[in-house]
Amino acid sequence: MIEILQSMVPTVLFFSAPLILTALGGVFSERSGVINIGLEGLMVIGAFVGIVFNLTFADVFGNVTPWISIIVATVVGALFSLIHAVASISFRADQTVSGVAINMLALGVGVYLTKVWYDKGQTDMVSEPFFSTNIPVMSKIPVIGPIFFEGVYITSYIAIILAFVAWYVLYKTAFGLRLRAVGEHPMAADTNGINVSKMRYIAVILSGALGGLGGSIFALTVVSNFSQSTIVGQGFMALAAVIFGKWHPLGAMGAALFFGFAQSLSIVSSGIPILQDIPNVILLIAPYLLTILALAGFIGRADAPKANGVPYIKGSR
Amino acid sequence: MTSNNRIFSLVVPVISVILGLIVGAIIMAVSGHNPMEAYAALWRGAFGDSFTIGETVRRITPLILTGLAIAFAFRTGLFNIGAEGQVIVGWLAAVWVGLVIDAPMIIHLPLAVLAGAIAGGLWGFIPGILKAKLGVHEVIVTIMMNYIAMFVTNEIIRSVLTDHKTTTDKIAGSASLGSEWLQSITFYSRMHYGILIALFAAIIMWFIIQRTTLGYELKAVGFNRHASKYAGMSVSKSIILSMVIAGGFAGLAGAMEGLGTYGSISVMSGFTNLGFDGIAVALLGANNPFGVVIAAILFGVLKEGAGEMPTGAGVPTELVDIIIAIIIFFVASSYIIRWALLRMKKEGK
Repeated sequence: MIEILQSMVPTVLFFSAPLILTALGGVFSERSGVINIGLEGLMVIGAFVGIVFNLTFADVFGNVTPWISIIVATVVGALFSLIHAVASISFRADQTVSGVAINMLALGVGVYLTKVWYDKGQTDMVSEPFFSTNIPVMSKIPVIGPIFFEGVYITSYIAIILAFVAWYVLYKTAFGLRLRAVGEHPMAADTNGINVSKMRYIAVILSGALGGLGGSIFALTVVSNFSQSTIVGQGFMALAAVIFGKWHPLGAMGAALFFGFAQSLSIVSSGIPILQDIPNVILLIAPYLLTILALAGFIGRADAPKANGVPYIKGSR
Repeated sequence: MTSNNRIFSLVVPVISVILGLIVGAIIMAVSGHNPMEAYAALWRGAFGDSFTIGETVRRITPLILTGLAIAFAFRTGLFNIGAEGQVIVGWLAAVWVGLVIDAPMIIHLPLAVLAGAIAGGLWGFIPGILKAKLGVHEVIVTIMMNYIAMFVTNEIIRSVLTDHKTTTDKIAGSASLGSEWLQSITFYSRMHYGILIALFAAIIMWFIIQRTTLGYELKAVGFNRHASKYAGMSVSKSIILSMVIAGGFAGLAGAMEGLGTYGSISVMSGFTNLGFDGIAVALLGANNPFGVVIAAILFGVLKEGAGEMPTGAGVPTELVDIIIAIIIFFVASSYIIRWALLRMKKEGK
């Protein structure tokens, strides 16, 4: 049993980290009332920037390269999400449509620049990806240590810590209260002197930063290069985690961990007797099926923030 | 004001397309390519000879149908992001019927086309009923349905239709939309009779929306759900029907690919993107069936012509995806274009 856990837990954490981060971004955006279907595109940009930076500067920065890469990807993700913010907050575009356009644009730009810069459809493999490590001290704890802290990626724990930070920010600070107010009842928030547009801009930019971070960590842990098919659906899965987690940071983390678990099952299952007989396809569609069931109210009700998807126009009722 | 609105609804898409092409040109210039050369190559890629024209037509065919699938649902105030999944199941069902059934063409072909439409309709029915009965947001459900469609279809191709292969056999000739005559006049392009079905579908949509009580109710629900309810219309029936019909259009698009272009279905590692491009088509076409046809022609030309850009001007095909995304942004942000136009008008006076 312990051996199974020892092979399962690190894999689950490995697959979940990018989902957790991107889902947190989705939580911020949607809590402020801006639907973000563009999470997928933000991850694409993050993955692209992370890989390109890593390839270009690996010689300069040596083994800190992946860390700088993810920081740069975070910044570029934030900048890229400005397009979504401007379109959906200032220009009152349909937020879903704008999100769809973000996804198309991100993949277009990523692959276009890859072809212009590298003359082929995919980049080389990076020389400085993240490697799994044993976390010092913690991995020496008996039983728990080998399961949770041996052969894991530090980025997984960063994701989990950030989920708690996001929870604290959203639920324990004035900033978080304002952000949630803007997503539930923007007019009431406006009356109380909260700048609705500003709060929404901040929230969308945060979602871009976290999406970029998630995408770059996915690229630098799971695949190690960038191509058309680096990010295929992880962003939408993160969106599913937002909803399955009922727009709550810790709920989203739990959902992301669960989806990571489902993904890792389809890889590890052949080694586990009980799971061997479950057809692979069931494990593949599980996250999506569960999201639909959750929405339909079979697994508790999931209610979106009230003003989600509605542009705020001053003076209108 | 109404005449103003009508002008705007024509001007906004045209301006958006022009802006999209200009931004595309700037991107090419910045990345060291010659925009004029690239657009010339794009033109050749779409209209260069009768072969490329044939290929352009076959590219346009499913885009018209997915555009209709999104536009139709939009009229009832529903956002059908699930056209992608509906295309996939329609494709699968059409090919399945094309492979398994043995019948003369006059029965076999309509049956296979219908199977595609029904499968797509069924895939639209699920989000429709969830929306109507439980108030679940259709955007999320349809996104999830896309992935379920893809994974399940792949599994069926591998385990049911073939013996662990990635592509099915070719469908029977009696279920094929292909035509030797169309192929011979277009130097053996993959053009097929599906374009007629697509154009006919656009007329059907126009007819339903403009000339039937059903269409009136669907539009009414789209405009104001509550007013429609108090006027005695069944809102949930309208929502479900709208999604089913929209899904049917998308399923037809899949059938076009399965029975016309490819004659088979293969395991997919990613989406066909026909459904997502359909969103762009519907949006640019202002959710009007004839607007959709024109928008589908434009995007079909861009997409097919893009194939010539790498060899003709050294520009990656993805430039066209960037242009299309930018066009969507501009159309979606029509508020700002209207605002700018009004501003210019006022200053002109």
